[in-house]
Amino acid sequence: MILAVVIFALVIGSVIFHFASPWWFTDIVSQWDSVDGVISITFWVTGAVFVLCNLFLAYCVYKFRQKPGHKAVYEPENHKLESWLSAITTVGVIAMLAPGLFVWADFVTPPEEATEFEVMGQQWQWNFRYPGADGKLGTADTEFISELNPFGINPEDPNGQDDIVVNAPEMHLPIGKPVKALLRSNDVLHNYTVPQFRVKMDMVPGLVSYLWFQPEVTGRYDILCEELCGIGHFIMRGAVVIDTQEDYDAWIASQPTFAETQAMAAPDLAAGQAQYAICASCHGAGGEGNQALNAPKLSGLQDWYIERQLNHFKTGVRGQTEGDLYGASMVGMANMLVDDAAVRNMSAYIASLPDIPAQPTIQGDVANGADIYDRNCAACHLDNGNGTWYTDAPKLAGMNDWYFVTQIKNFRSGIRGLHQADPYGEQMVSMATAMAAKNTDDTKEMEDVAAYLNTIR
Amino acid sequence: MAYVPLADQDHEQELHHPHSWVEKYVWSQDHKVIAIQYGGTAVLVGLVALVLSLLMRMQLGFPETFDLIDPNAYYQSVTMHGMIMVVYMLTALLLGGFGNYMIPLMIGARDMVFPFLNMLSFWFYLLSVLILLASFFVGGGPTGAGWTLYPPQTSMAGTPGHDMGIVLMLVSLAVFIVAFTMGGLNYVTTILQYRTRGMTLMRLPLTVWGIFVATVLGLFAFPALLVSAIMMMFDTLLGTSFFMPAIIESGTPMDYEGGSPILFQHLFWFFGHPEVYIVALPAFGLVSDVLSTHARKNIFGYRMMVWAIIAIGGLSFIVWAHHMYVSGMNPYFGFFFATTTLIIAVPTALKVYNWVLTLWEGDIRLNAPMYFAIGFIFTFIHGGLTGLFLGNVVIDLPLSDTYFVVAHFHMVMGVSPVLVIFAAIYHWFPKVSGRMYHEGLAKAHFWITFLGTYAIYLPMHYLGFLGVPRRYYAIGETDFIPASAQTLNESITIAALIVGAAQLIFIFNILWSLRNGAKADPNPWGSASLEWQTPDTPPVHGNWGDKLPTVYRWAYDYSVPGAKSDFIPQNMAEEDVEMEDSAAKGA
Repeated sequence: MILAVVIFALVIGSVIFHFASPWWFTDIVSQWDSVDGVISITFWVTGAVFVLCNLFLAYCVYKFRQKPGHKAVYEPENHKLESWLSAITTVGVIAMLAPGLFVWADFVTPPEEATEFEVMGQQWQWNFRYPGADGKLGTADTEFISELNPFGINPEDPNGQDDIVVNAPEMHLPIGKPVKALLRSNDVLHNYTVPQFRVKMDMVPGLVSYLWFQPEVTGRYDILCEELCGIGHFIMRGAVVIDTQEDYDAWIASQPTFAETQAMAAPDLAAGQAQYAICASCHGAGGEGNQALNAPKLSGLQDWYIERQLNHFKTGVRGQTEGDLYGASMVGMANMLVDDAAVRNMSAYIASLPDIPAQPTIQGDVANGADIYDRNCAACHLDNGNGTWYTDAPKLAGMNDWYFVTQIKNFRSGIRGLHQADPYGEQMVSMATAMAAKNTDDTKEMEDVAAYLNTIR
Repeated sequence: MAYVPLADQDHEQELHHPHSWVEKYVWSQDHKVIAIQYGGTAVLVGLVALVLSLLMRMQLGFPETFDLIDPNAYYQSVTMHGMIMVVYMLTALLLGGFGNYMIPLMIGARDMVFPFLNMLSFWFYLLSVLILLASFFVGGGPTGAGWTLYPPQTSMAGTPGHDMGIVLMLVSLAVFIVAFTMGGLNYVTTILQYRTRGMTLMRLPLTVWGIFVATVLGLFAFPALLVSAIMMMFDTLLGTSFFMPAIIESGTPMDYEGGSPILFQHLFWFFGHPEVYIVALPAFGLVSDVLSTHARKNIFGYRMMVWAIIAIGGLSFIVWAHHMYVSGMNPYFGFFFATTTLIIAVPTALKVYNWVLTLWEGDIRLNAPMYFAIGFIFTFIHGGLTGLFLGNVVIDLPLSDTYFVVAHFHMVMGVSPVLVIFAAIYHWFPKVSGRMYHEGLAKAHFWITFLGTYAIYLPMHYLGFLGVPRRYYAIGETDFIPASAQTLNESITIAALIVGAAQLIFIFNILWSLRNGAKADPNPWGSASLEWQTPDTPPVHGNWGDKLPTVYRWAYDYSVPGAKSDFIPQNMAEEDVEMEDSAAKGA
């Protein structure tokens, strides 16, 4: 009796929940309304079956519950009824399947006029490539992958020279034109998903998969990885910006071609050295750092990392958050580097300084620090703490332990890494937050990791 | 069919009689003791997996609150929870536990055909569990590659447990499959060869049919998992490239070339999809028998039910790639697999209709086993219908890899079979233990579990519609997930913690009732099937005393018109059935 009432209530409650729920599909921004159409058909068919079957179940439980003097009816089978039920079910299944297959046929055959772009996934970054003026992407292979050629574009392939390479997790597309995404991975399985587009596909190392869509609404949308790809899976984020044709043209023109990235002039170390004189007053002539002035050691850092941070200071991505006292003082200094060439020269000069490990200043539980480091940090910063361009992770071993602790605190408290233009910083915010509960103020775990890093320098 | 029952040679059979306590309860060859060993181990390891799921829920519901759940531990919990529940809990409990206990008793046999092999099967299973649990104690911990163990990440630096953990997982699976094969061959042979006189195939209870077809599926499906485990082990330890293309690890090229990660997915799901039915079919069988007994009515459409089980079993081998619609395999496969997948809905729906029609015009006894069985119908309808979304290839595009998938498969192969398992444990407890369970506690257990799991999984589907991805340690900032999703996650977590805690009621009920439950009648439910007709309760070694039973009818003679009793046991001859006097009959 109660059971019948509860089942009845659950059916009604589920229907109410469905219609009252604020949680539903995001507004679609591609042309795939047909996908939503099939969902809608399926929803109504299955919804009707759900309500009817369960209400009938509740009715049976209520009506035929055991009562004195009542006896069940003996009825082994009823062919007519069973045949009818099979037939109705088959019709319902066809009603859902047939439109689904038509839409799928549409999905597997991208229109002729669709322009291609490439998405390259790797632990835990997104990179994008567009064909240049020739409309063709150059061939690529894992064997060509290096710090200077992260896409592995075949340097001999003429089609690849004018390819536009976007070595950052933000891509743009023009509105109203069909596009075909060619999906690749460098390492493990990933998945290219933009929920508002309604389509997704895995990215598989060793092959090129694809999907297509036509953006219909301008805006900035998240790209998520939706195939488990290691501990950084949940922080593998990117963004796609749907532009008007005009904005898109301007954006794509500002991106370098493959040939340009390969032919960049060697940095001028002498110029970097000349400019470094002013840095030396705090960071030391050898880049060794000075804790009294809160200036961290620079020597040993990779040039691409220094370059990125200097640019962040210059463009207000870093150093302008309230509470970032020492970062703020870097803003003015970085702005003394007038152009990109100056930043590159400076970065190259610092990277060329001899790397003498910093003196340890922090004691801690090395074993615990090693455990935390292995579980959370090593996947990007490597077991030896040297970091790598591949994961955009800077060197940690042999750097200043006190600076390390300060920065982890900054990431955890939102002082660093939350700016939209600092996607790698955002990854660090997530990881630094994950390392320990946010509401604990003590720095013990960070100090343990710092102490461990001191042992592997 | 020319079938000569081995039962006719009963007097020539010799049972292995135990000579000591150790032989009786430890190195036992009695199918009933082995069943309890299997079932007990499965429940214990299932509790471990339950705790892991609660750890995950605590992180998702209350992120940044619990220190011990870092991404590493989270992904390890995801992986171990999934693998333990699917393989080491559900498969082992339904086949090793229920299969072992029910088959000989339901078909009128004294034991399995190969009792020694049966014993070995359990000990290999236990060994596989111990190897699996050992991975919690090795450096790097258990693997965190997800229960699907997709390469290449399984053995790469960014994945937890990529060195020892994954190897132990693969070894444990291989040992489990050895155990399953020994048990499985035994079940199939026993059902085909050891049926007693008169027990034709079309008189078997649906429990036996479900277990039989599930075991056949397992014998064909597990080898695919075994070879993929061995190939992956070669890739990991010997440097072969079955599943490994040329890839980069932390900026350095690895020493692999030419392998295919998708090949692994095909092998895995060639096992993985039948695995769903390896769990579901025994549950279908068990619940059919519970429903029929307590509705005091024959199962409706028995022959259709048998053919549906066989059809589902057959079809389950040609739907596997619906798990791979967005895997990057050739997308044209989608047409074929969407069609086969939706076809499988037809026999499955018929089973649901027949369960409900079994209740129609019944005389439904609403006790705890029946509560669970009826609850199962509700959750299975829900979970089955959401499968039509995911199976219809184009809907899988937005919903794949979201919480909709998590909600769907937990509803259909988590909650549903588990409700059946509880129904079955309460239903057969009097026969197994000789005592009654506590009805009030069992019903309390039902209400919390049934309502609690619905409170967990109904809203979870909506997180999926919204597009919240699964296997995320934390959602973080996005442009499309509203803050209210976190509130929903909190409530799901609270419901999960309550449901988790409620399982203690079950454990307590079982343990308490074993000692203090009221003495049970040999056949307290008035059940017609053979296992309730044993001369001793609980049945003793050899099951049937001096003489094997003879079967005269199917297992569902409830409320037969004219008969005095509202059930006629399978082993009662036509002439022994007491009829109502003709006056009453006319009325």
